[in-house]
Amino acid sequence: MSFFKTFMNGEQGLFKANSLTPMQKMVLRFIVVGLVFYAFAVIEGMIMRLVEIGPTDMVSNDQFFAILTAHPLVGIFGSTYATVFGAFLFLVPFLMKKPLWSIKMANWTWILIAFGTLLFWGAGFISHYSPLYTLYWPLPVDFEQFSVWGGTFFITGIAIVMVGSGLFVINVFKTITYTPEGWEKQPGGKLLGSALGTSGIANIFRKKKKQKDHLVPLPVAAIARGSVDVGLNVLIILFTGVLILVFMVAAILGHDLKDTAIDALLYKNWFWWGLDLIADGLVLIFVAGTWYLLATMITGKKLFMQNIARAALLVELVVSWTVWSHHLLADQSQPAILKVLSGEFVTAFELITQGLAFFIVLATLWAARPLKMTNPLKFLLGGLLGFALAVPAGIMQADVGLNRVLHNTQWIIGPHVHVAILIGLTMTLYSAIYILFPIVTNGAKLYSQKLANIHFWFHLLGGIGMGAFMGMAGLKGMLRRTLYVNGEFETLMILAAVSGALLLIAFLVFFYNIVMSLGLKGVIGIFIPAKLKTKDLIPAE
Amino acid sequence: MVDSAMVLNGQTIAYTCYTIAIILVMVWFAIQVTKKGKGNPVKPAFFYTFVGMLVVLGVSLHIFTYNTIPWTEMDLHRGDYTPDRSFNIVVENHEFILPAEQLVAEVGDIVEFDVTSKDLTYGFGLFRQDNSMVLQMQVVPGHRNDILWKFLEPGVFTIRSTEYSGPKGIAMIVKDAVKIVPKTSE
Repeated sequence: MSFFKTFMNGEQGLFKANSLTPMQKMVLRFIVVGLVFYAFAVIEGMIMRLVEIGPTDMVSNDQFFAILTAHPLVGIFGSTYATVFGAFLFLVPFLMKKPLWSIKMANWTWILIAFGTLLFWGAGFISHYSPLYTLYWPLPVDFEQFSVWGGTFFITGIAIVMVGSGLFVINVFKTITYTPEGWEKQPGGKLLGSALGTSGIANIFRKKKKQKDHLVPLPVAAIARGSVDVGLNVLIILFTGVLILVFMVAAILGHDLKDTAIDALLYKNWFWWGLDLIADGLVLIFVAGTWYLLATMITGKKLFMQNIARAALLVELVVSWTVWSHHLLADQSQPAILKVLSGEFVTAFELITQGLAFFIVLATLWAARPLKMTNPLKFLLGGLLGFALAVPAGIMQADVGLNRVLHNTQWIIGPHVHVAILIGLTMTLYSAIYILFPIVTNGAKLYSQKLANIHFWFHLLGGIGMGAFMGMAGLKGMLRRTLYVNGEFETLMILAAVSGALLLIAFLVFFYNIVMSLGLKGVIGIFIPAKLKTKDLIPAE
Repeated sequence: MVDSAMVLNGQTIAYTCYTIAIILVMVWFAIQVTKKGKGNPVKPAFFYTFVGMLVVLGVSLHIFTYNTIPWTEMDLHRGDYTPDRSFNIVVENHEFILPAEQLVAEVGDIVEFDVTSKDLTYGFGLFRQDNSMVLQMQVVPGHRNDILWKFLEPGVFTIRSTEYSGPKGIAMIVKDAVKIVPKTSE
């Protein structure tokens, strides 16, 4: 097949978009949206890496900070949320062996996430609105530095993403609990109890003979518990967004509301409580659940210590509600008791819950050896390594003593955040994409295994390298969220940029491999309404 | 004498060793899991030992740092200490307003920096001449932001905002703002 034919029709012309079910189209739309926004995030990241080496006339300081503000939000909401939500809206009905509650609502979810992300990204790009994702009060309403109109569109974009995320949560829980048409009545309450873990807790107090079976599979329990944090996070961010919008609308109408009406420290506690439901909640829970699912799919065997794994997911959920104070260890008015209990000791539980998930997955793989080093397996091992590196780095900075010299340095954002997201989370997602690829494409073939190998090595080495060099700069005093104009950390920033370039190349290689596998016609066909009128996940034989 | 430079060096060594070890473990695992041979289930005792080790590590890190990093105890019990010298600093409109052109204290003094923000959330950090960090804290408007520090060696330090406060914040640097001189009397 010629290059042009493959580019148009995909590898061996195997992918036929018109053979897809509405469910398959829905999940592929989510993944395409997720990958497009990942491209946004990785290109923005590369721009920032270059500016960190030395300022350039091509990117003004205002533009740099607008990118710094949009980058994590595009990465988390536009890319990760889209990819994860799409995969889970397919996996929940797949594992529960019943149709998704609403395919229409699922499609609205990706539309709202995509539109909201484009809106806030565009508002930041045009107006340079840049209060960062932290939105420390009263910076988001500082209209001497920022355009009120730019801010209004920016915050509205975030709110639209949150509405889409709320629809995802509703769809997940309705799918778990509802009774499909023509089915025998489903025990909705009991299914919900099993998904959230209350029935598991009740089992602890029952005699062994009277203990009840879990009604939902372990990965669905993980998705449900992570979705609780998604829902709570939606409420917090929406409430905060409305609060900021009140000040913005008042300013547009010519009224200057007193920003001192909001207590900056109370607001910071409130907002970090909500933000941490992502970083220390749903991400860790979703990742652990995905690891468990991948390990059982790769090995075809039961998960090692699965009851403990299930209980740990519940512990992780509770922990995620109580760890926010580790972000306020440098706030001197924050009560010391909160710093020590929430900031240090509860946070240390994450070492235990993530370490336990790490061990369980490795033990499951080990018991099934010899395994073939497939793409899902190698990316899964990469994801495990990512969290094995990033979680201890996080535990170190969540220490009252060490935080005094680590807070807001490149250490935080390098070895902890970027290694967790780029190596831990993203490689886990790539593993899921590689394993789901033949299922959701009705057997399309990957264009090139060599390119998949390049994708793996460049991504792994680029991610670890970037985290390491940023971390070294952080330990030498380099701050995050600022610019150094006199080349103070130039050598380390050049090395971090070279590593960043590896990540960019890895993504371009992967994207090219996927487009050549599906063909341009196929990619376009994903967005054309499905011809098959069925709620089935895959076409009937 | 344990100062912030020594703490950061210790952390660099500890984390680098850990990083190398865990990467080697994963490489070993990746090779072994694809090798021919029977996959024996892992014994639960091994699992529980691992979990126990994580508990000990998670808790002992904080106990260790509390007892070895000199500023931790003083930071958590600031009310129990009387500073030898206090400097009240105001931050407004992206500018540090210092009580004197250069803030001078002696080696061994417990120095209090009390920083008040009149508008935004800022940061307050002291940096050595090689840009490495001595200390930092957040400066939140409407709240008291105070830190105690015992300087162990003479030196001249730069004040820099350690928190983002908008694009204007990158210029919030006061070169050589703090000077620590040798002790003049016992």
